[in-house]
Amino acid sequence: MDFELTDQQKMIKKVVSDFAEKEVEPIAAEIDETCEFPYENVEKMGEAHMLGIPVPQEYGGAGADTLSYAITVEELSKACGTHGIICSAHTSLACDPLVKYGTKEQKEKYLKPLAKGELLGAYALTEPNAGTDAASQKTTAKLDGDEYVLNGNKIFITNAGAADVFIVFAMTDKSKGTRGISGFIVEADTPGFTLGKKEDKMGINASDTRELIFDDCRVPKENLLGEEGKGFKIAMGTLDGGRIGVAAQALGIAQRALDETVQYVKEREQFNRAISKFQNTQFKIAEMETKIQAARSLVYQAAFAKDQGGSFSKEAAMAKYYASDVAMEVTREAIQLHGGYGYMKEYPIERLFRDAKITEIYEGTTEVQKMVIGGSLLR
Amino acid sequence: MDIVVCVKQVPDTNEVKIDPEEGTLIREGVPSIINPEDKNGIEEALKLKEEFGGTVTVLSMGPPQAEKALKEALAMGADEAILLSDKAFAGSDTLATSYILSCAIEQLDDFDMIFCGRQAIDGDTAQVGSQIAENLGIPQVTYVEDVKVEDNTVEVKRRLEDGYSVLETSLPVLLTVLGEVNEPRYPSIKGIVDAHSGETEVKKWGANKLGDVDQSKFGLSGSPTQVHDTFVPTHEKKAEILSGTPEEKAHKLIDKLKEEKVVSK
Repeated sequence: MDFELTDQQKMIKKVVSDFAEKEVEPIAAEIDETCEFPYENVEKMGEAHMLGIPVPQEYGGAGADTLSYAITVEELSKACGTHGIICSAHTSLACDPLVKYGTKEQKEKYLKPLAKGELLGAYALTEPNAGTDAASQKTTAKLDGDEYVLNGNKIFITNAGAADVFIVFAMTDKSKGTRGISGFIVEADTPGFTLGKKEDKMGINASDTRELIFDDCRVPKENLLGEEGKGFKIAMGTLDGGRIGVAAQALGIAQRALDETVQYVKEREQFNRAISKFQNTQFKIAEMETKIQAARSLVYQAAFAKDQGGSFSKEAAMAKYYASDVAMEVTREAIQLHGGYGYMKEYPIERLFRDAKITEIYEGTTEVQKMVIGGSLLR
Repeated sequence: MDIVVCVKQVPDTNEVKIDPEEGTLIREGVPSIINPEDKNGIEEALKLKEEFGGTVTVLSMGPPQAEKALKEALAMGADEAILLSDKAFAGSDTLATSYILSCAIEQLDDFDMIFCGRQAIDGDTAQVGSQIAENLGIPQVTYVEDVKVEDNTVEVKRRLEDGYSVLETSLPVLLTVLGEVNEPRYPSIKGIVDAHSGETEVKKWGANKLGDVDQSKFGLSGSPTQVHDTFVPTHEKKAEILSGTPEEKAHKLIDKLKEEKVVSK
């Protein structure tokens, strides 16, 4: 067993870390305030092949492993959680299902430009009444000639306002329950497909989250992803991969909060000494560091498991459950150690705290992760 | 447009600390990077290749670990990378280094341009680029902050202390570039994968690859530079209050300045 990153993984980490420091960090606070999607940076990420890291090179990707991808999301999220999720949603939720289930033509037409970062992807499963109960899909898709006609609404869709290609799930046969759900590839400019207003959120403000509205939206038959009726399986399998990305995002947010705090407590003086000299501070820092390292082990292990083939649902669920929990705890304690300054927008800590919360919710809440983990032991 | 870029792997000086006892760099745990202005050289070469076609070959003389720097150059988009590494090269000063690099360049097919960074952040000599041009007998322009190529001529903007001059030269030419010349691209993740999977490869050349050349000019024997001492300048603050009449104080001050060799006698 080797806990060392390979030379390749180390170089990827360094390059992404440099990118995050030079390109992402300078705009992170600003886009949190303005909620403007970072188009320019996303274009640069595409040019540097950061938007198709685990996609095989034959489909336009970088052909690296899932761990390199997780490290990328982690490093981006240290600077800005929004950049982390843009990369994660695009890679895990849009590219990955195309790698796994896309036809040769679909890979050529959609996966290649997505993996090269020429197009941006999004994933649409959640509906107003289908959150954790994702099987209760109300959006329908009816075959009419050579086209499926989509009707319904999707909500809380990451990257929505900026995406060119959407992986959308809809009910093709209500009578079959989850086996009546199918996946579709929908282009942003398809007639009958419109976007709702940009959601006003607590954190990850620039990820352009929106509602998708399908009103007799006609999608060519060849854009069915996988087989008809296999959509739920595709959706769930895709989320397993996405959870590694979200876990890595949480990890990056937590690490940044700790890094900021270590620096701050060494400088901040109270009662004539640096607050780092107080045992309470030392114990808090020790707890944060230990939990972050434990979270990192789970995240990297899940990434490793995905590349081994076979099921990695439990590993991904554990990584996401724990890393998101750690991100919340660490950012909360980081604010506490910063005192009043931590509550102010002048410091990045409060943004990290707001960005951390979503990692416990999207791509399966913490409770869903526990269902997956428990279920794997108790079935 | 076939372009050669010479690069050096250097310690990241942002991370470097100096051992106050020994006066040497503490290299342990310090990450190595491509010398920043050499990276500008790579970028300029890649930009010209994109505009005019051709190839970019990156050369480095250094220990086996310098392969990492060359892999990064490949990941940025260089076509070929050659590491010149041999025990015979050890201890080379700038004169021996530029001789070795020149010998290697002569082994390559024709080239139109050579880029070097102005100077390395560890040695700061700014000698290697110029010496290569001299060895090869080609024109050189140093301190370059802008490059325009048209037909068979190059127009360069050369930084001066109090302004700049614009020069035109024919090809082949060697240019040493400043950090202002461009913003180096990020190595692509795909490029990094290719450089580590064997898709692209760093070639390793020893002394025997350099043809029939004067090997006494390699390494220590070819290096007239002697380093007598390295030390960290100490910054001590001392204050001495001079007493007496203004005239006496002035004399004392002059004596003091002479003693400290601030002014000559």
